[in-house]
Amino acid sequence: MSEENAKREFWRGVRAGIPIIVAVVPFGLLFGALAVDNGLSLGQAVLMSATIFGGASQMVGIELFGQKISPALIVFSIFAVNFRHVLYSAAIGRHFARWPSVKQAVAFFLLTDPQYAEAERRVEETGKVGFAWYLGMGLALYVTWVAEALLGGLFGRLISNPEALGLDFLLPIYFLGLVMEFRQRPLWLPVVLASAAGSMLAYKFVGSPWHVSLGALAGIALAACMPAKRQTPRDLAMTAERSEP
Amino acid sequence: MTTILIIVAGAVLTYLTRIGGHLVLSRFENVPPRVEAALDAVPAAVLTTLVAPELLSTGPAEIVALVAAGLVALRRGMLEMFLTGAIALIVLRQFMG
Repeated sequence: MSEENAKREFWRGVRAGIPIIVAVVPFGLLFGALAVDNGLSLGQAVLMSATIFGGASQMVGIELFGQKISPALIVFSIFAVNFRHVLYSAAIGRHFARWPSVKQAVAFFLLTDPQYAEAERRVEETGKVGFAWYLGMGLALYVTWVAEALLGGLFGRLISNPEALGLDFLLPIYFLGLVMEFRQRPLWLPVVLASAAGSMLAYKFVGSPWHVSLGALAGIALAACMPAKRQTPRDLAMTAERSEP
Repeated sequence: MTTILIIVAGAVLTYLTRIGGHLVLSRFENVPPRVEAALDAVPAAVLTTLVAPELLSTGPAEIVALVAAGLVALRRGMLEMFLTGAIALIVLRQFMG
Protein backbone atom coordinates (compact mmCIF):
# COMPACT_ATOMS: atom_id res chain seq x y z
CA MET A 1 0.00 0.00 0.00
CA SER A 2 1.38 3.44 -0.90
CA GLU A 3 2.08 5.92 1.84
CA GLU A 4 -0.60 8.25 0.49
CA ASN A 5 -3.09 5.43 0.56
CA ALA A 6 -2.12 4.42 4.09
CA LYS A 7 -2.60 8.00 5.27
CA ARG A 8 -6.06 8.11 3.77
CA GLU A 9 -6.96 4.79 5.39
CA PHE A 10 -5.60 6.03 8.73
CA TRP A 11 -7.88 9.07 8.67
CA ARG A 12 -10.79 6.92 7.55
CA GLY A 13 -10.20 4.86 10.68
CA VAL A 14 -10.14 8.01 12.81
CA ARG A 15 -13.43 9.15 11.29
CA ALA A 16 -15.03 5.74 11.86
CA GLY A 17 -14.07 6.13 15.52
CA ILE A 18 -15.95 9.40 16.04
CA PRO A 19 -19.41 7.96 16.89
CA ILE A 20 -17.71 5.62 19.36
CA ILE A 21 -15.80 8.48 20.94
CA VAL A 22 -19.03 10.43 21.37
CA ALA A 23 -20.62 7.43 23.08
CA VAL A 24 -17.59 6.75 25.26
CA VAL A 25 -16.80 10.33 26.38
CA PRO A 26 -19.18 10.25 29.36
CA PHE A 27 -17.61 7.03 30.60
CA GLY A 28 -14.07 8.26 30.20
CA LEU A 29 -14.90 11.43 32.13
CA LEU A 30 -16.88 9.51 34.72
CA PHE A 31 -13.95 7.17 35.26
CA GLY A 32 -11.58 10.08 35.90
CA ALA A 33 -14.01 11.69 38.31
CA LEU A 34 -14.78 8.47 40.22
CA ALA A 35 -11.13 7.44 40.38
CA VAL A 36 -10.09 10.67 42.08
CA ASP A 37 -13.20 10.47 44.24
CA ASN A 38 -12.12 6.97 45.37
CA GLY A 39 -8.74 8.18 46.48
CA LEU A 40 -6.52 7.72 43.43
CA SER A 41 -4.23 10.57 42.47
CA LEU A 42 -4.81 12.24 39.11
CA GLY A 43 -1.61 10.63 37.83
CA GLN A 44 -2.76 7.17 38.90
CA ALA A 45 -6.14 7.65 37.22
CA VAL A 46 -4.44 8.65 33.96
CA LEU A 47 -1.95 5.78 34.28
CA MET A 48 -4.82 3.36 34.65
CA SER A 49 -6.55 4.59 31.49
CA ALA A 50 -3.25 4.65 29.59
CA THR A 51 -2.12 1.13 30.51
CA ILE A 52 -5.29 -0.91 31.02
CA PHE A 53 -7.46 0.88 28.42
CA GLY A 54 -10.62 -1.05 29.31
CA GLY A 55 -13.51 0.94 30.78
CA ALA A 56 -15.49 -1.71 32.64
CA SER A 57 -12.42 -3.23 34.27
CA GLN A 58 -11.14 0.20 35.31
CA MET A 59 -14.49 0.98 36.94
CA VAL A 60 -14.39 -2.31 38.82
CA GLY A 61 -10.79 -1.60 39.82
CA ILE A 62 -11.45 1.80 41.36
CA GLU A 63 -14.56 0.47 43.04
CA LEU A 64 -12.36 -2.08 44.83
CA PHE A 65 -9.58 0.42 45.58
CA GLY A 66 -12.16 2.33 47.62
CA GLN A 67 -12.68 -0.70 49.86
CA LYS A 68 -10.03 -2.55 51.81
CA ILE A 69 -9.52 -5.48 49.46
CA SER A 70 -6.33 -7.45 48.89
CA PRO A 71 -4.22 -6.31 45.91
CA ALA A 72 -4.27 -9.80 44.39
CA LEU A 73 -8.05 -9.81 44.35
CA ILE A 74 -8.22 -6.40 42.67
CA VAL A 75 -5.79 -7.58 39.98
CA PHE A 76 -7.80 -10.76 39.53
CA SER A 77 -11.06 -8.81 39.18
CA ILE A 78 -9.53 -6.63 36.46
CA PHE A 79 -8.39 -9.81 34.72
CA ALA A 80 -11.84 -11.42 35.07
CA VAL A 81 -13.64 -8.44 33.56
CA ASN A 82 -11.17 -8.33 30.67
CA PHE A 83 -11.14 -12.07 30.06
CA ARG A 84 -13.60 -11.67 27.19
CA HIS A 85 -10.75 -10.18 25.12
CA VAL A 86 -9.36 -13.71 24.73
CA LEU A 87 -12.32 -14.38 22.47
CA TYR A 88 -11.85 -11.16 20.49
CA SER A 89 -8.17 -11.93 20.13
CA ALA A 90 -8.77 -15.41 18.76
CA ALA A 91 -11.46 -14.20 16.37
CA ILE A 92 -9.87 -11.05 14.92
CA GLY A 93 -6.28 -12.32 15.14
CA ARG A 94 -7.00 -14.44 12.07
CA HIS A 95 -7.17 -11.22 10.07
CA PHE A 96 -3.91 -9.78 11.47
CA ALA A 97 -1.91 -12.83 10.43
CA ARG A 98 -0.10 -11.17 7.51
CA TRP A 99 1.05 -8.07 9.43
CA PRO A 100 4.59 -7.86 10.85
CA SER A 101 4.67 -8.95 14.49
CA VAL A 102 5.33 -5.46 15.90
CA LYS A 103 2.17 -4.21 14.19
CA GLN A 104 0.28 -7.21 15.56
CA ALA A 105 1.57 -6.49 19.07
CA VAL A 106 0.37 -2.87 18.81
CA ALA A 107 -2.96 -3.95 17.35
CA PHE A 108 -3.64 -6.33 20.22
CA PHE A 109 -2.94 -3.58 22.76
CA LEU A 110 -5.64 -1.46 21.08
CA LEU A 111 -8.18 -4.32 20.98
CA THR A 112 -11.11 -2.90 22.97
CA ASP A 113 -14.81 -3.85 22.64
CA PRO A 114 -15.73 -1.20 20.06
CA GLN A 115 -12.42 -1.61 18.23
CA TYR A 116 -13.06 -5.33 17.91
CA ALA A 117 -16.65 -4.84 16.77
CA GLU A 118 -15.73 -2.22 14.18
CA ALA A 119 -12.84 -4.33 12.89
CA GLU A 120 -15.20 -7.30 12.47
CA ARG A 121 -17.67 -5.03 10.71
CA ARG A 122 -14.87 -3.90 8.41
CA VAL A 123 -14.08 -7.55 7.61
CA GLU A 124 -17.78 -8.14 6.98
CA GLU A 125 -17.92 -5.24 4.51
CA THR A 126 -14.57 -5.38 2.71
CA GLY A 127 -13.31 -8.91 3.41
CA LYS A 128 -10.25 -7.70 5.37
CA VAL A 129 -8.97 -5.12 7.81
CA GLY A 130 -5.88 -2.98 7.15
CA PHE A 131 -3.35 -1.87 9.73
CA ALA A 132 -3.52 1.86 8.85
CA TRP A 133 -7.30 1.93 9.25
CA TYR A 134 -7.12 -0.11 12.46
CA LEU A 135 -4.40 2.12 13.92
CA GLY A 136 -6.34 5.27 13.01
CA MET A 137 -9.38 4.13 14.91
CA GLY A 138 -7.39 2.62 17.79
CA LEU A 139 -5.24 5.70 18.38
CA ALA A 140 -8.24 8.02 18.17
CA LEU A 141 -10.00 5.96 20.85
CA TYR A 142 -6.85 5.66 22.96
CA VAL A 143 -5.82 9.32 22.96
CA THR A 144 -9.33 10.54 23.76
CA TRP A 145 -9.76 7.88 26.46
CA VAL A 146 -6.59 8.96 28.28
CA ALA A 147 -7.46 12.66 27.89
CA GLU A 148 -10.92 11.98 29.34
CA ALA A 149 -9.45 10.45 32.49
CA LEU A 150 -7.40 13.62 32.96
CA LEU A 151 -10.34 15.97 32.30
CA GLY A 152 -12.73 13.85 34.35
CA GLY A 153 -10.35 13.90 37.29
CA LEU A 154 -9.97 17.68 37.03
CA PHE A 155 -13.56 18.73 36.37
CA GLY A 156 -15.75 15.71 37.07
CA ARG A 157 -17.49 17.12 40.07
CA LEU A 158 -19.00 19.91 37.98
CA ILE A 159 -21.53 17.52 36.36
CA SER A 160 -24.28 17.47 38.94
CA ASN A 161 -26.89 15.24 37.29
CA PRO A 162 -25.52 12.88 34.63
CA GLU A 163 -28.71 10.74 34.63
CA ALA A 164 -30.84 13.58 33.26
CA LEU A 165 -28.62 13.58 30.18
CA GLY A 166 -28.92 9.80 29.81
CA LEU A 167 -25.15 9.52 30.09
CA ASP A 168 -25.23 6.37 32.16
CA PHE A 169 -27.17 4.39 29.59
CA LEU A 170 -25.44 5.31 26.32
CA LEU A 171 -23.13 2.30 26.29
CA PRO A 172 -25.87 -0.38 26.40
CA ILE A 173 -27.59 1.38 23.48
CA TYR A 174 -24.31 1.47 21.62
CA PHE A 175 -23.61 -2.22 22.28
CA LEU A 176 -27.12 -3.15 21.13
CA GLY A 177 -26.41 -1.35 17.85
CA LEU A 178 -23.31 -3.48 17.41
CA VAL A 179 -25.25 -6.67 18.15
CA MET A 180 -27.70 -5.69 15.40
CA GLU A 181 -24.86 -5.10 12.93
CA PHE A 182 -24.05 -8.82 13.03
CA ARG A 183 -27.55 -10.06 12.26
CA GLN A 184 -26.54 -11.45 8.83
CA ARG A 185 -24.19 -13.98 10.38
CA PRO A 186 -25.16 -17.67 10.58
CA LEU A 187 -27.06 -18.62 13.77
CA TRP A 188 -27.28 -14.97 14.85
CA LEU A 189 -30.68 -15.19 16.57
CA PRO A 190 -30.10 -18.43 18.53
CA VAL A 191 -26.67 -17.15 19.60
CA VAL A 192 -28.11 -13.83 20.80
CA LEU A 193 -30.96 -15.53 22.67
CA ALA A 194 -28.64 -18.06 24.34
CA SER A 195 -26.18 -15.35 25.36
CA ALA A 196 -28.94 -13.09 26.62
CA ALA A 197 -30.45 -15.85 28.75
CA GLY A 198 -27.03 -17.05 29.92
CA SER A 199 -25.81 -13.60 30.90
CA MET A 200 -29.01 -12.75 32.77
CA LEU A 201 -28.92 -16.00 34.72
CA ALA A 202 -25.22 -15.60 35.50
CA TYR A 203 -25.82 -11.99 36.52
CA LYS A 204 -28.49 -13.12 38.99
CA PHE A 205 -26.84 -16.24 40.37
CA VAL A 206 -23.08 -15.83 39.93
CA GLY A 207 -22.75 -12.08 39.84
CA SER A 208 -20.91 -9.45 37.86
CA PRO A 209 -18.45 -9.54 36.08
CA TRP A 210 -18.81 -13.27 35.33
CA HIS A 211 -22.05 -12.76 33.44
CA VAL A 212 -20.00 -11.54 30.46
CA SER A 213 -17.80 -14.60 30.08
CA LEU A 214 -20.49 -17.13 31.07
CA GLY A 215 -23.21 -15.57 28.91
CA ALA A 216 -20.91 -15.37 25.89
CA LEU A 217 -19.89 -18.97 26.46
CA ALA A 218 -23.55 -20.04 26.26
CA GLY A 219 -23.98 -18.48 22.82
CA ILE A 220 -20.61 -19.66 21.53
CA ALA A 221 -21.14 -23.23 22.75
CA LEU A 222 -24.51 -23.27 21.03
CA ALA A 223 -22.91 -22.19 17.74
CA ALA A 224 -20.23 -24.87 18.09
CA CYS A 225 -22.85 -27.57 18.75
CA MET A 226 -25.26 -26.65 15.96
CA PRO A 227 -24.84 -29.08 13.06
CA ALA A 228 -25.48 -26.30 10.53
CA LYS A 229 -22.65 -26.09 8.04
CA ARG A 230 -21.33 -22.65 7.43
CA GLN A 231 -22.22 -21.19 4.08
CA THR A 232 -19.02 -20.15 2.42
CA PRO A 233 -19.03 -17.95 -0.69
CA ARG A 234 -18.19 -21.10 -2.67
CA ASP A 235 -21.25 -22.95 -1.31
CA LEU A 236 -23.36 -19.98 -2.20
CA ALA A 237 -21.97 -19.89 -5.73
CA MET A 238 -22.59 -23.62 -6.14
CA THR A 239 -26.19 -23.31 -4.97
CA ALA A 240 -26.69 -20.43 -7.35
CA GLU A 241 -25.22 -22.54 -10.17
CA ARG A 242 -27.50 -25.49 -9.43
CA SER A 243 -30.58 -23.31 -9.41
CA GLU A 244 -29.77 -22.17 -12.92
CA PRO A 245 -32.49 -23.65 -15.19
CA MET B 1 3.27 2.37 45.45
CA THR B 2 0.98 -0.64 45.93
CA THR B 3 -1.64 1.13 43.83
CA ILE B 4 0.77 1.57 40.95
CA LEU B 5 1.81 -2.09 41.19
CA ILE B 6 -1.83 -3.17 41.07
CA ILE B 7 -2.45 -0.98 38.03
CA VAL B 8 0.63 -2.30 36.21
CA ALA B 9 -0.21 -5.94 37.05
CA GLY B 10 -3.79 -5.38 35.87
CA ALA B 11 -2.47 -3.85 32.65
CA VAL B 12 -0.09 -6.75 31.96
CA LEU B 13 -2.83 -9.34 32.51
CA THR B 14 -5.20 -7.31 30.34
CA TYR B 15 -2.64 -7.29 27.54
CA LEU B 16 -2.27 -11.06 27.90
CA THR B 17 -6.03 -11.50 27.39
CA ARG B 18 -5.83 -9.32 24.27
CA ILE B 19 -2.99 -11.21 22.65
CA GLY B 20 -3.54 -14.63 24.26
CA GLY B 21 -6.52 -15.87 22.27
CA HIS B 22 -4.62 -15.35 19.05
CA LEU B 23 -1.39 -16.94 20.32
CA VAL B 24 -3.28 -20.07 21.36
CA LEU B 25 -5.29 -20.29 18.15
CA SER B 26 -2.38 -19.69 15.76
CA ARG B 27 -0.85 -22.99 16.92
CA PHE B 28 -3.46 -24.84 14.91
CA GLU B 29 -2.74 -25.21 11.21
CA ASN B 30 -6.33 -25.76 10.15
CA VAL B 31 -9.13 -24.35 12.22
CA PRO B 32 -11.83 -27.03 12.67
CA PRO B 33 -15.29 -25.98 11.38
CA ARG B 34 -16.83 -26.09 14.84
CA VAL B 35 -14.16 -23.75 16.18
CA GLU B 36 -14.72 -21.52 13.18
CA ALA B 37 -18.50 -21.49 13.84
CA ALA B 38 -17.78 -20.70 17.49
CA LEU B 39 -15.50 -17.81 16.55
CA ASP B 40 -18.08 -16.41 14.16
CA ALA B 41 -20.55 -16.34 17.03
CA VAL B 42 -18.19 -14.42 19.34
CA PRO B 43 -19.10 -10.80 18.56
CA ALA B 44 -22.87 -11.18 18.87
CA ALA B 45 -22.51 -13.44 21.91
CA VAL B 46 -20.20 -11.16 23.89
CA LEU B 47 -21.90 -7.91 22.95
CA THR B 48 -25.30 -9.36 23.92
CA THR B 49 -24.04 -10.00 27.45
CA LEU B 50 -23.20 -6.30 27.79
CA VAL B 51 -26.82 -5.37 27.04
CA ALA B 52 -29.16 -8.12 28.30
CA PRO B 53 -28.50 -7.91 32.07
CA GLU B 54 -29.29 -4.17 31.90
CA LEU B 55 -32.90 -5.20 31.28
CA LEU B 56 -33.03 -6.73 34.77
CA SER B 57 -32.13 -3.57 36.64
CA THR B 58 -33.44 -0.65 34.57
CA GLY B 59 -36.80 1.07 34.32
CA PRO B 60 -39.37 1.41 31.52
CA ALA B 61 -37.67 4.48 29.99
CA GLU B 62 -34.46 2.56 29.33
CA ILE B 63 -36.27 -0.49 27.96
CA VAL B 64 -38.43 1.60 25.59
CA ALA B 65 -35.32 3.47 24.41
CA LEU B 66 -33.52 0.18 23.75
CA VAL B 67 -36.47 -1.29 21.84
CA ALA B 68 -36.85 1.90 19.76
CA ALA B 69 -33.14 1.89 18.95
CA GLY B 70 -33.26 -1.81 18.08
CA LEU B 71 -36.17 -1.25 15.66
CA VAL B 72 -34.37 1.63 13.95
CA ALA B 73 -31.31 -0.64 13.60
CA LEU B 74 -33.34 -3.03 11.44
CA ARG B 75 -33.63 -0.38 8.72
CA ARG B 76 -30.97 2.23 9.37
CA GLY B 77 -27.30 2.50 10.23
CA MET B 78 -25.51 2.66 13.54
CA LEU B 79 -25.55 6.43 13.98
CA GLU B 80 -29.30 6.86 13.40
CA MET B 81 -29.94 3.95 15.72
CA PHE B 82 -27.73 5.42 18.44
CA LEU B 83 -29.21 8.92 18.21
CA THR B 84 -32.75 7.51 18.34
CA GLY B 85 -31.94 5.60 21.49
CA ALA B 86 -30.21 8.53 23.17
CA ILE B 87 -32.96 11.05 22.35
CA ALA B 88 -35.73 8.62 23.32
CA LEU B 89 -33.97 8.03 26.62
CA ILE B 90 -33.55 11.72 27.47
CA VAL B 91 -37.17 12.54 26.57
CA LEU B 92 -38.68 9.50 28.34
CA ARG B 93 -36.71 10.13 31.51
CA GLN B 94 -38.32 13.55 31.76
CA PHE B 95 -41.70 11.85 32.02
CA MET B 96 -40.99 8.47 33.56
CA GLY B 97 -38.23 9.37 35.97
